[in-house]
Amino acid sequence: MSQLSERPEKSVVGLSVPHESAAQHVTGTALYTDDLVHRTKDVLHAYPVQVMKAHGRITALRTGPALDVPGVVRVLTGADVPGVNDAGMKHDEPLFPDEVMFHGHAVAWVLGETLEAARLGAAAVEVELDERPSLITLQEAIAAGSFHGARPVMETGDVDAGFADSAHVFTGELQFSDQEHFYLETHAALACIDEAGQVFVQSSTQHPSETQEIVAHVLGLHSHEVTVQCLRMGGGFGGKEMQPHGFAAVAALGARLTGRPVRVRLNRTQDLTMSGKRHGFHARWKIGFDPEGRIQALDATLTADGGWSLDLSEPVVARALCHIDNTYWLPHARITGRVARTNKVSNTAFRGFGGPQGMLVIEDIMGRCAPLLGLDPAELRERNFYRRGQSTPYGQPVVQPERISAVWEQVKESGGIAGRRREIAAFNAAHPHTKRALAMTGLKFGISFNLTAFNQGGALVLIYKDGSVLINHGGTEMGQGLHTKMLQVAATTLGIPPHKVRLAPTRTDKVPNTSATAASAGTDLNGAAVKNACEQLRERLLQVAATRLGVNASDVRIVEGVARGLGSAEELSWDDLVRTAYLQRVQLSAAGFYRTEGLHWDAKTFHGSPFKYFAHGAAAAEVEVDGFTGAYRIRRVDIVHDVGDSLSPLIDIGQVEGGFVQGAGWLTLEDLRWDATDGPHRGRLLTQAASTYKLPSFSEMPEEFHVTLLENAGEEGAVYGSKAVGEPPLMLAFSVREALRQAAAAFGPGGISVELASPATPEAVYWAIEAARRGGDASTVGAGAEALSGA
Amino acid sequence: MVAARITVNGEEAPLSPAAPHTTVLDFLRERGLTGTKEGCAEGECGACSVLVARPGVNKPTDWVAVNACLVPVAALDGQEIVTSEGLATAGAPGTPPALHPVQEEMAVRGGSQCGYCTPGFVCSMAAEYYRPDRCAHADADAGSDAEHGPNGFDLHALSGNLCRCTGYRPIRDAAFAVGAPAEEDPLARRRDQAPPAPVATEYAQDDSVFLRKATLAETLLLLRERPDAVVVAGSTDWGVEVNIRSRRAGCVVAVDRLPELRQLRVASDSIEIGAALTLTEIERRLDGDVPLLAELFPQFASRLIRNGATLGGNLGTGSPIGDSPPALLALDASVLLADADGEREVPLADYFTGYRQSVRRPGELIRAVRVPLPLAPVVAFHKIAKRRFDDISSVAVAFALDVEDGIVRRARIGLGGVAATPIRALATEAALEGRPWTAETVEAVAPLLRDEGTPMDDHRASAAYRSAMLGRSLLKLYTRTTEAVSS
Repeated sequence: MSQLSERPEKSVVGLSVPHESAAQHVTGTALYTDDLVHRTKDVLHAYPVQVMKAHGRITALRTGPALDVPGVVRVLTGADVPGVNDAGMKHDEPLFPDEVMFHGHAVAWVLGETLEAARLGAAAVEVELDERPSLITLQEAIAAGSFHGARPVMETGDVDAGFADSAHVFTGELQFSDQEHFYLETHAALACIDEAGQVFVQSSTQHPSETQEIVAHVLGLHSHEVTVQCLRMGGGFGGKEMQPHGFAAVAALGARLTGRPVRVRLNRTQDLTMSGKRHGFHARWKIGFDPEGRIQALDATLTADGGWSLDLSEPVVARALCHIDNTYWLPHARITGRVARTNKVSNTAFRGFGGPQGMLVIEDIMGRCAPLLGLDPAELRERNFYRRGQSTPYGQPVVQPERISAVWEQVKESGGIAGRRREIAAFNAAHPHTKRALAMTGLKFGISFNLTAFNQGGALVLIYKDGSVLINHGGTEMGQGLHTKMLQVAATTLGIPPHKVRLAPTRTDKVPNTSATAASAGTDLNGAAVKNACEQLRERLLQVAATRLGVNASDVRIVEGVARGLGSAEELSWDDLVRTAYLQRVQLSAAGFYRTEGLHWDAKTFHGSPFKYFAHGAAAAEVEVDGFTGAYRIRRVDIVHDVGDSLSPLIDIGQVEGGFVQGAGWLTLEDLRWDATDGPHRGRLLTQAASTYKLPSFSEMPEEFHVTLLENAGEEGAVYGSKAVGEPPLMLAFSVREALRQAAAAFGPGGISVELASPATPEAVYWAIEAARRGGDASTVGAGAEALSGA
Repeated sequence: MVAARITVNGEEAPLSPAAPHTTVLDFLRERGLTGTKEGCAEGECGACSVLVARPGVNKPTDWVAVNACLVPVAALDGQEIVTSEGLATAGAPGTPPALHPVQEEMAVRGGSQCGYCTPGFVCSMAAEYYRPDRCAHADADAGSDAEHGPNGFDLHALSGNLCRCTGYRPIRDAAFAVGAPAEEDPLARRRDQAPPAPVATEYAQDDSVFLRKATLAETLLLLRERPDAVVVAGSTDWGVEVNIRSRRAGCVVAVDRLPELRQLRVASDSIEIGAALTLTEIERRLDGDVPLLAELFPQFASRLIRNGATLGGNLGTGSPIGDSPPALLALDASVLLADADGEREVPLADYFTGYRQSVRRPGELIRAVRVPLPLAPVVAFHKIAKRRFDDISSVAVAFALDVEDGIVRRARIGLGGVAATPIRALATEAALEGRPWTAETVEAVAPLLRDEGTPMDDHRASAAYRSAMLGRSLLKLYTRTTEAVSS
């Protein structure tokens, strides 16, 4: 067992504890960025001037009328930017654009004494536009050849030979929708000027270091003049990985120009119309199977809807390519990825980061092809699971293929799958207007940032004279329970009770150059860094204790806040130990650091081992569908998930359940609609409020929901044997979509391939039922052949 | 007149300097009570849920959860509210507060992740916790299902609260675990006292005023003087206009506490439902006596909205996708319109004249809705929407059929979402009447129903789906009624 993964006796990691802020959450006393506004004097409120056209060059921007509105203090435009007018890392996102690139693009910001004044001021700003043609849908962009960024190709084996050897070849297409993050807390920032013109920005950001970097370059400052703090976020899900930077920069610019604190807080409609979403994709594919249904070859082109700027679209596409295999071995494959440029918001990170999009393609293929191969879909999936010695199409060995079947078999058993399939068959035979179905899907998700440099973490641990411990680390808390786990890691490493440890809000002046809290890697990177810092402190304290206890340092153990020497009856309490160390002038603070070893990735050849390990899981979902309407209920879900040895089971189960329901939302309910007509509102987001964009509510949660964490699953390569959990469970929701497909098929004669739109709304399911009733249109899967040959 | 004030967590606070349109949410946050959150500002997410002391159904006072983002704070002049901060009991200085039982359950069961929606969930859950007729079932298994806990907790109490993190399971577990309030619980005891009386309010700032009159007569005179006035009850519609479309009114008039609008009278030939009773009050007071309405209410928005929304408001806005008009059309209801000169009764079928337009004249107020008796025996309310809880209908179909000796004697079918106004399916009704209630009739008549109205494509549904749903609804009704008989 590695030193990183080894757990000491009486570990605090592994205990089921509530979220470290739970008491503040439930009493409404937990503070979020915008709550600070009401505790800050003389705050100015910023309001965006959004242009409601999809594309056009600005020919006039008149701010004078806004300044006539009582309470308006200033209007921020591009002319005010002292540094670089750019809000992104790709230098393609002007903070104050000359060209409107999407419907709702903000071209200026009004500062007012009140939000009402700023709003009225924004409405008074006059913008003239030379309108340009726009591309709204993926199809339009593909037809126009509108792409940006890299076009990676992932190749393995000999695809043509693979197809030649295939007994069955199918082709098809799939287009699936984008997804709004809908964190309950919208984007927010509050900027103040410290002495000497230094800027302090409180931001709801998953990536404080990058927010700092962007604020600095917009203001023409060095990073050491800008401090960014994130108290906590009311949800992030990837939506606050890159998108907060511009809003923080607007607040900082306003504060810099007026000398007063400036608040930016988007209302829900502004957030929906201005910030990026999960990428919708289009996929064209051709797949070959051998006579037993084993995949021989896959040729596919994935096109992501990147929106107007690149943002994180390239790494999202890379991760999509790296996950199109999911749990299935692809001996021969050629997968091409590209990013379409459209006149929509700039799509960005969202839990899974392209992984879900890649996997949706292969799971859709499996669901469509199984009936054509005459196989039960679960059987088809099992036959294609990775086996020992096989590698991914990008060349990384799958070292724990047995985990894929371990979780799968456990779900089958604990979910009583075989018996329930019989019950479902009997139910369906007795109910002409209602059908049930049960589907299983599995999961293999690579953990680590594809870009090797991001796989580092830092921490600063402080022990005060009274024995209390304060943890700073580079990760941000957005509800995922990272701080809770860090608290448990620190308490475990130091050997003290958890109440001795407190977590400080994330600040760039405590831990510099941090990576985004993203890629499910928050615990792996920051946990190892916290552990490293705590180990340094523990080593020093062991020396102090050894002297006091009269034993060798290697014979001292600190357990539950008491130091004892082996074979010595004497004890030393933690508080006494710390006080002694202070008096002996022992340093009681330490900076911790961690870099993930053993990763390599060549983006050009699209080859390497970018992931430290894979997270695994399997789910079985049972649904019931109403044949009159297409409406459905999720009757029961069984999940077995591999989180290694859990650091915090209550937190991890919460991540599994929440991720699953969020994934089910994307695949079934959440339905972003854009005006793609040639009317006056072309490019407008039609679903720009909670009343029109529907998240899962109580009625969508599985009525029975059983989540089990795989036991004895220690991961050598991660802190205290745990595995990442933030993103992977989202992708277990394919089981719901596949169950809906099978239920729709049950209204038909059987043995037919049913296509299901994504999201599978009740309407989409209804049309799938209608198609199944008509006896299916078995030619549909093959219908894409001509399109593919034209590619 | 006493300066407008509100009691928040037991402490009185002046409304000033809030503007007449300032919401309870913004008022609280300005005062530093930032536990109440804005998630959507249109009553869809519940992050702003707070408890209001209202006239009770089973006790003098009920603690009712409402969306603080929709209600103007001036509407709560003289009233009492409790927020998530106020549910906890303050401890000794420097020590954390003692958690309320619902807060405790939410905290220890992992009911909060990011915590942003949590205060709202806590308030909605507390309202159900204090519902006087919530009681544990003697046989825990018999009374509980996915939506009803063994402790009598109705999960619909949380239907207006959204959580993006948890997937809801731990929140459901917390809700189903709460016990009964302790005897000394101050909020439980508060239920036994009279609710705060309505207070005549005139809250003005600049050229804008919020008014509440003490009587209907005064209100009708005011409406004659100020035909521009916006009339509000629960403000569930107007609040959205203020927040989302930035509308501001010179004069807003509250009618939700007028006694004349809050009667529920059951006579031998009709039921008269006051226009300012909330849907929750109607639901609880009718207690299933009008089966079609009993089927409608759980599908109507969310509990948070039903705690504010009224039939007067739903008919007053005249929205073609309001869910009460199709049901009331099927019930052959009429609208009682009052102005300073008197009252008139208009059949609901004649009430709507165009998109969000009606025969209601300036200065006229909906006082009540009358439902004639006896009720037809075969009823159903089919709501087609993306989400089962708290969604807006793509299509709504309400049936009320009088089937006697296997013959449809009389048919009333109300439709929503398929035309500029709620409509009756007149051709279908005519085709059904006098025919036997059989599969053959259903098959013959379904195409007529499918072709009723002029449905459109929009972001909720396609026109084709809407028509298909109309066409399918009759068979669904028939199947359900005959299945019920056979079982």
